[in-house]
Amino acid sequence: MWTWFYRLASPPFVYRTAAALTPWFMTVAALSIGYGLIDGLGFAPPDYQQGDAYRIIYVHAPSAWMSLFAYTTLAVAGAIGLIWRIKMAYAVAAATAPIGASFTLLALVTGSLWGRPMWGTYWAWDPRLTSELILLFLYIGVMSLRAAFEDPARGDRAAALLAIVGVVNVPIIHFSVLWWNSLHQGATVAKIGKSEMPGSMLWPLLAMLLGFMCFYGAVLCMRLRGEVLNRERRSAWVREALKS
Amino acid sequence: MNAGGFWSMGGYARYVWPCFGFACTVLAWNLWSARRYHAAARVRAQRAMAMMDE
Repeated sequence: MWTWFYRLASPPFVYRTAAALTPWFMTVAALSIGYGLIDGLGFAPPDYQQGDAYRIIYVHAPSAWMSLFAYTTLAVAGAIGLIWRIKMAYAVAAATAPIGASFTLLALVTGSLWGRPMWGTYWAWDPRLTSELILLFLYIGVMSLRAAFEDPARGDRAAALLAIVGVVNVPIIHFSVLWWNSLHQGATVAKIGKSEMPGSMLWPLLAMLLGFMCFYGAVLCMRLRGEVLNRERRSAWVREALKS
Repeated sequence: MNAGGFWSMGGYARYVWPCFGFACTVLAWNLWSARRYHAAARVRAQRAMAMMDE
């Protein structure tokens, strides 16, 4: 088990694995998002309360899920980097931050556009919305902190520390709709098999989630390859890798 | 759903379509920036190799 774990620390292994995984992730992402869009926009029935406005869920929910998933990845990678001093974990953290920030921005913008017809306002200082906004600031803070250090190793460590401290916000976002009175609706797909959504609405949503997840995987692999090259550009293996 | 109903989204078109448009923009930006980042890293690595050879 530990051999496998330490193999992950090898830059050539990470570089080659990321290259091999990218087209697979991208293919599944294209197929899932394509199906989710066609089914979700064209065939799923309108909601009995929200009409066709609910279709925003097909981009809003997956982007919100991915914002939390990417931040958790950022914090876990940072923790692995700090505890085991694995440089590639810092590369994963650096690669995931801008992707997660973009998904958070997407969740905030689509949520705001959904809120206007349903709540009568684009923005409210609601616990879910506010904690999601804090998540965006955390992403920006982590990226800025890393970039602020001249020594990349110190920047990596400082950013990892901030990411770990900020991970406390992830359960707050998730449970905010249960802990406080919130304009935001409760979890729709919290437990498999107990969803309040009918299958005709749920399947395109799950397809979009899978698509966004695989898209995240593909973009992460592409960014990670760049990150590895930046950090290892004076290593002998890079010469061989660049030839292929 | 007919074509007219599809585009009007039951009167919510001005909220629904910008969401999907912005989502497309964010996904496209991610793809473009990741490709550019990798390409720039390759160029930097090639330069570093060339300097080491000199």
